[in-house]
Amino acid sequence: MPEPLLDVRDLRVHFPTDDGLVKAVDGVTFSIMPGETLGVVGESGSGKSVSFLTVMGLITAREARIQGEVIFEGVDLVKLPKDEMRNVRGLKIGMVFQDPMTSLHPFYKVGDQIAEAILAHRKIGKKEAMDQAIDMLERVGIPRPDERVRQYPHEFSGGMRQRAMIAMALSLNPDLLIADEPTTALDVTVQAQILGLIDRLKQEFNASVVIITHDLGVVAEHCDNIQVMYAGKAVEYGYARDIYYDADHPYTWGLLQSIARVDAPRTERLKPIKGLPPSLIFVPPGCPFHPRCPYVFDRCRTEVPQLLPVDGHHASACHLSLEDKERIFKEEVMMHQ
Amino acid sequence: MGRYIVRRLIWVVFVLLVITFISYMIFFVMPATDPAVIFAGRQPTPELVAEVRHQFGLDHPWPVQYALFVKRIFLGDQYGWPGLGFSFNTRSELKPIIFSRMLVTIQLAFGAAVVWLLIGIPIGILSALKPRSVFDRMAMGFALFGVSAPVFFLGPLFLYLFWFKLGVLPGSGYYAIGVYGIGPWFSHFIMPWIVLALLFAAFYARMTRANLIETMGQDYIRTARAKGLSERTVVLKHGLRASLTPVVTMFGLDLGGLLGGAIITETVFNLPGIGAYAIKSVGSGDLYAILDITIIAGFFITFMNLVVDVLYAFLDPRVRYT
Repeated sequence: MPEPLLDVRDLRVHFPTDDGLVKAVDGVTFSIMPGETLGVVGESGSGKSVSFLTVMGLITAREARIQGEVIFEGVDLVKLPKDEMRNVRGLKIGMVFQDPMTSLHPFYKVGDQIAEAILAHRKIGKKEAMDQAIDMLERVGIPRPDERVRQYPHEFSGGMRQRAMIAMALSLNPDLLIADEPTTALDVTVQAQILGLIDRLKQEFNASVVIITHDLGVVAEHCDNIQVMYAGKAVEYGYARDIYYDADHPYTWGLLQSIARVDAPRTERLKPIKGLPPSLIFVPPGCPFHPRCPYVFDRCRTEVPQLLPVDGHHASACHLSLEDKERIFKEEVMMHQ
Repeated sequence: MGRYIVRRLIWVVFVLLVITFISYMIFFVMPATDPAVIFAGRQPTPELVAEVRHQFGLDHPWPVQYALFVKRIFLGDQYGWPGLGFSFNTRSELKPIIFSRMLVTIQLAFGAAVVWLLIGIPIGILSALKPRSVFDRMAMGFALFGVSAPVFFLGPLFLYLFWFKLGVLPGSGYYAIGVYGIGPWFSHFIMPWIVLALLFAAFYARMTRANLIETMGQDYIRTARAKGLSERTVVLKHGLRASLTPVVTMFGLDLGGLLGGAIITETVFNLPGIGAYAIKSVGSGDLYAILDITIIAGFFITFMNLVVDVLYAFLDPRVRYT
């Protein structure tokens, strides 16, 4: 069994506010193997972004309380001093953000922004860094990269900007690339290109990848494993095929049913998950999903379900019996897929 | 860009024409008292008043007078270009007086500008980096004081404290660097600079703080951190750069306004600047001087507006003028 590249254990990220303690991430455990692509899926406020901003050490709120371990290449990043953490960010872990329109600095040329990332970690000349920036732009599929490096972000289209962001994140050949909703702000046609690009570069750069998304439909074919998050907790984890063809958690079923499909009969309506994501201050007792769950029973209201293995790799946090889950999944969820 | 600047310069000229016209209407067409009567002395004979009026050129119909005035401004008068006319009080040429007074005001304004930038921006940055800290609260308390305390209060207070009581600084007055040397020049300017700058420093500290706090919450700041840049680079290169653009705008306009005369500061510290001269001219009904100063003040404000807009295109690459 090889060592995991990233091993997150019982991570908790809490923010004290005037209204109460916001439990943005509340006991999340997972690991990523070298070369693996992990999809992290959940609604807004499920803690998916906060978890990985914590991994990057990008939670800047001074009042944030971070507990647990983030073991990356054998080092606990939570305990790492600030200046050493800086050598991990960008160099060992690259990150791509949701909105490429606002994630690049509007006042600096794209090439300078990529070169800046390289120069922050490598003792090379400016010219050399710029050549590498051009090379990176070429590798992410930007035509005429030698001209493009001298342009400003506003001269790039949305898809091109996201490519530039990816070029920046990969410019130091990191071991892990975290893509936080990399396609959410883009046109549907561009979404597929960007995900294809991430797949290709992952091979080229021999990196592990995390794709954070709220759309289970988007990441299906790009991930090895998928972790479904709800209210700061992981509720289901497994191989991508487990999640799509053998899902065990009612929340995952809800996500599956809310994927729009072009091949579905016109009469069929999307089935949204009823209700709203829970408050992270007053998380419902028992299973946090129980107020929205159509299969809720007494035990769900009092006892927090643990993320337990269903069969080896596949795990889910739900009190329903395995037989019930399989029956419901076959009869009600698969019917609509 | 070139065409844009030319168009804006034409606009500056147009605005100045409007300013001269309005000032002209106020001071020449409906003056409080007839300047010729004032000049002719006690119990003037109608002949004397008519004589003075003729010499001042006030016997023409007012549109002709105005046209002559504008013509002299642009084409020069008997004293050369630009034709700023003569003083009704001394009958001497205004240009040397106005220029020498401009020089004093320029020294006051630029010196104060350096002081308020050096105080305001660093305080704003430090406050923004630790909002709600003790330093931030003290700095914003100072800013509130600076904004609230008027120059006519601070000026005499400073003079009383540092000159009269402590004796560490000399009193008021202008000591030209060319005549008295750098020491007296500088020591006499310290108080006016600081007093004038405090008000602006307070505004700039608050503005820098607010802008920087907003900028530090932007996505591109998170990107800069994600690259592994040092916090210093993140703040000074990525944060400050974006948050200083509005400050530059404000700075241009403030400086332009001050170059038209810092009336109260000049008066309190007895500096022979253009603002003090404006007050004097209004008091004595010296109409050409009033018009000249109005035009100069208007010119600086409109011109600095143009400078700021052009500068903006260099600071923010998204801004392009056509």
